[in-house]
Amino acid sequence: MTTEDIYAGSTETTDGKVFTVSGRDWDDIVEGLAGSDGVEERVVVNMGPQHPSTHGVLRLILEIDGETVTEARCGIGYLHTGIEKNMEFRSWVQGTTFVTRMDYLSPFFNEATYCLGVERLLDIEDDIPEKANVMRVLLMELNRLSSHLVCIATGGMEIGALTVMTIGFRERELVLDLFELITGLRMNHAFIRPGGVAQDLPVGALDEIRAFIALMKKRLPEYAALCNANPIFKGRLEGVGHLDLAGCLALGMTGPVVRSTGYPWDLRKSEPYCGYEDYDFDVQTWDTSDSYGRFRVRLNEMWESLRIIEQAADRLAGLEGAPVMVADKKVAWPSQLSIGSDGMGNSLDHIRHIMGESMEGLIHHFKLVTEGFRVPPGQAYVPVESPRGELGAHVVSDGGTRPFRTHFRDPSFTNLQATSVMSEGGQVADVIVAIASIDPVMGGVDR
Amino acid sequence: MSDEDKTTGPDQSGPEGKVPATGDPEVKTVGTRTGMFGARGTGDTSGFGGLVAPIVYPGAAERPFGGWYDEVADALEPAFTAPWSVVVHRKEITFHVRREDLVAVMKLLRDDPQLRFELCTGVSGVHYPDDTGAELHAVYHLLSMTHNRRVRVEVSVPDSDPHLPSTIATYPTNDWHEREAYDMFGLIFDGHPGLTRILMPDDWPGHPQRKDYPLGGIPVEYKGGTIPPPDERRSYS
Repeated sequence: MTTEDIYAGSTETTDGKVFTVSGRDWDDIVEGLAGSDGVEERVVVNMGPQHPSTHGVLRLILEIDGETVTEARCGIGYLHTGIEKNMEFRSWVQGTTFVTRMDYLSPFFNEATYCLGVERLLDIEDDIPEKANVMRVLLMELNRLSSHLVCIATGGMEIGALTVMTIGFRERELVLDLFELITGLRMNHAFIRPGGVAQDLPVGALDEIRAFIALMKKRLPEYAALCNANPIFKGRLEGVGHLDLAGCLALGMTGPVVRSTGYPWDLRKSEPYCGYEDYDFDVQTWDTSDSYGRFRVRLNEMWESLRIIEQAADRLAGLEGAPVMVADKKVAWPSQLSIGSDGMGNSLDHIRHIMGESMEGLIHHFKLVTEGFRVPPGQAYVPVESPRGELGAHVVSDGGTRPFRTHFRDPSFTNLQATSVMSEGGQVADVIVAIASIDPVMGGVDR
Repeated sequence: MSDEDKTTGPDQSGPEGKVPATGDPEVKTVGTRTGMFGARGTGDTSGFGGLVAPIVYPGAAERPFGGWYDEVADALEPAFTAPWSVVVHRKEITFHVRREDLVAVMKLLRDDPQLRFELCTGVSGVHYPDDTGAELHAVYHLLSMTHNRRVRVEVSVPDSDPHLPSTIATYPTNDWHEREAYDMFGLIFDGHPGLTRILMPDDWPGHPQRKDYPLGGIPVEYKGGTIPPPDERRSYS
């Protein structure tokens, strides 16, 4: 029985004999191996990379003793697409179309931190028009809502709370509809550009946003009603994935994880960017340092985001017709898009201008679109508070028209390191809860 | 934190207190840029092909650095045994540190009550092929939550000897970041408990984000025309 078993082949390794089990009844296998020498029951389980509850392609390598996890390690890299390398071969503006694809649940934050870094190097931080900043804040907060909704929805699904999943995605759809209305796309927007945003708010957008806010105020309490005091939900989340403040700082954790320890650290307050200092909102904390605390922090943050969206919408109402790009024509993208009969495309007014009216306009358009602008040599790092924590782009320029190097400090990448600390000693089922409470997005982890 | 600290920090958006170092910082030239259109060997008939311009990075600043920068520099001074320099550019301060001092500097940055940089936000590798003798840079961004300050620590090592000490003992969060810098640039962090590839497959040859590593790609045909891969296209430098 121990020899040539098609379900449990064995290999000699430095750790002794290793059996690879891929099927059949466990008791049979253990019984069959009982006679062999030096067999100890140490089981290493590969969870993923194609496991529905590992948030994309995350591979977990768990050493288990019965149902208890004794060691947990992550294998990442399955979604590595070389975005940072690719950006070095495209212009600065084209960079936004790459970075938006990194953490695909929070595209606006990727764009924002990249553009803020480029703007700092260009030394035009103070020239960004007010309306561009307000629109950035509006989009980022809408994005925070949609990202937290996905986190709560998938987190709920993983512990069997399917209704939380269905209502989470229902509301996220509303946010994506707003994105589509404002930017033309549901994701991968490349809407925030160095110097401002790609185009003005479309007609009627503010009404839609206000209607959305009113609806969300009715819908958000549903999450609280479903989960907050639900004994099963609490039973699964409370005390799971515990990580205190010292552990958080040692491991570089930021975002809801660090706020769940009771420390109100939020870059929107501590180092305001895009004019966050002008908005009235509170930093949400919880004091349990566990998965339940992180859930409550996210839930409360959605309310805060709604408050900010409301204020941003009010400010936008008073900014009709204001510019959304820097005045410097050497940086500002020349054309605006418009809606045509076949969807969003080139603005016919702009085409008429460059093709029929102004030779200089055509040259200018051509130079800026093909060559792009030069960014003075140096490096900058302007982090933003993404839904998952501190997201920063280390932008290096050699004075050329393309990024010399851009490195993203993605919070998912850093926070995922806590998997071991959060799940070792707990049950296998709790690993999933702990990881869901980190809310990693593999697109951001692997880039 | 006093109000004075608040207005002199580089990350504050108030209008005053943003003036960095006074005096002319010396410049640092790394490489040159030739021509205007980045085309090599052929193609550039514009007459601009003969242009040669140095690539000048912001150079070392002199004291006073301005604001709290001097405070941090003073507190950090005991950790230095080898020459070090400071670059202040766009309201961000960078400490250029020799690799033999790195561990002591990081430890002091974390532990000194005047510094208290509790959070390290990782290592970013940068490859400057023209920076002879210091081609590979490891850039650390640190954040002091206590004082709400950010500094950057930069270490450069030659391509021929890409070793530098690991900072995991001080900042455990750098575990994966150092693995990524090793994976992408071939920086070897001595003392790292398991310096293996993290994003690329384990048996991958080479370090993809180095400048001498090609981007790769295949020509794309479209309606009879062929477009070469991005790194072989004629482009602007």
